[in-house]
Amino acid sequence: MNENLFASFITPTMMGLPIVMLIIMFPSILFPSPNRLINNRLISLQQWLVQLTSKQMLAIHNYKGQTWALMLMSLILFIGSTNLLGLLPHSFTPTTQLSMNLGMAIPLWAGTVITGFRHKTKASLAHFLPQGTPIPLIPMLVVIETISLFIQPMALAVRLTANITAGHLLMHLIGGATLALTNITVPAALITFIILILLTILEFAVALIQAYVFTLLVSLYLHDNT
Amino acid sequence: MASSIPVKEEKLVDVRLGQLSSWIMTQDFTPKGIPGAFQRGYYQYYNKCVYVKTGGVAGISMVLAAYMLFNYCCCYRELRQEQLCKHH
Repeated sequence: MNENLFASFITPTMMGLPIVMLIIMFPSILFPSPNRLINNRLISLQQWLVQLTSKQMLAIHNYKGQTWALMLMSLILFIGSTNLLGLLPHSFTPTTQLSMNLGMAIPLWAGTVITGFRHKTKASLAHFLPQGTPIPLIPMLVVIETISLFIQPMALAVRLTANITAGHLLMHLIGGATLALTNITVPAALITFIILILLTILEFAVALIQAYVFTLLVSLYLHDNT
Repeated sequence: MASSIPVKEEKLVDVRLGQLSSWIMTQDFTPKGIPGAFQRGYYQYYNKCVYVKTGGVAGISMVLAAYMLFNYCCCYRELRQEQLCKHH
């Protein structure tokens, strides 16, 4: 059982060719680009969602931060759609791979930090020491703030990986338990099945929430630095 | 110079199963031809099933069903081994 539990997290290959690139690029065909002033239902719905999300997310930023609008919106759309597609049976979720999440988190975080250091050097350095610190604590606090700064991209990546992976693993386990219990006691299998349904609803929510949290944190780091 | 043998351009949906191999031979496999074929196929499906006046969930759910089937085919071997194996 150990092997087939983690089998869905292996990067898929078909006859030796890695098709993981195709799977990563697949969500992009589900978002067609609008050509006309008034489009079909799918594009209109997506436009409405994107406008709603972008207004809410970019409200806190100044002019400099709002130049990141395209980046943040494509980030939330990509992570949200990838997580939701991973809930389909037998599918592979790229966001379960730590390599990919680190590849998203580190450049974005580094971009915000470098922007802050380039344009507001004094304010960025001042973040390393909170206001009102007692003088004997200053050296230790600078070290702690530096560590907390460098942990930000790791936390971003690991949070997304762990949430999605844990959810998928739980669904596998509880689904397997339901199947095994149907031969033994049907009422217990029914209860387990209800738990599985509730967990699936939770996973839908988690897929969207994690995308939102990732993007929100990147935008907060940006807000600190612009 | 016009070619002496007229080649009829057939879409994939009109090709019969027995003529599939000969149809594939008539397609061009240049670096421009293969992505062009995928792009044409994408726009044919999009204009027929998604970009309609009263579109619903059918257009996009067909794509998701095909995606599920593709993933099932990719991991069929492991699923078969797991099914045949007595102790998990």
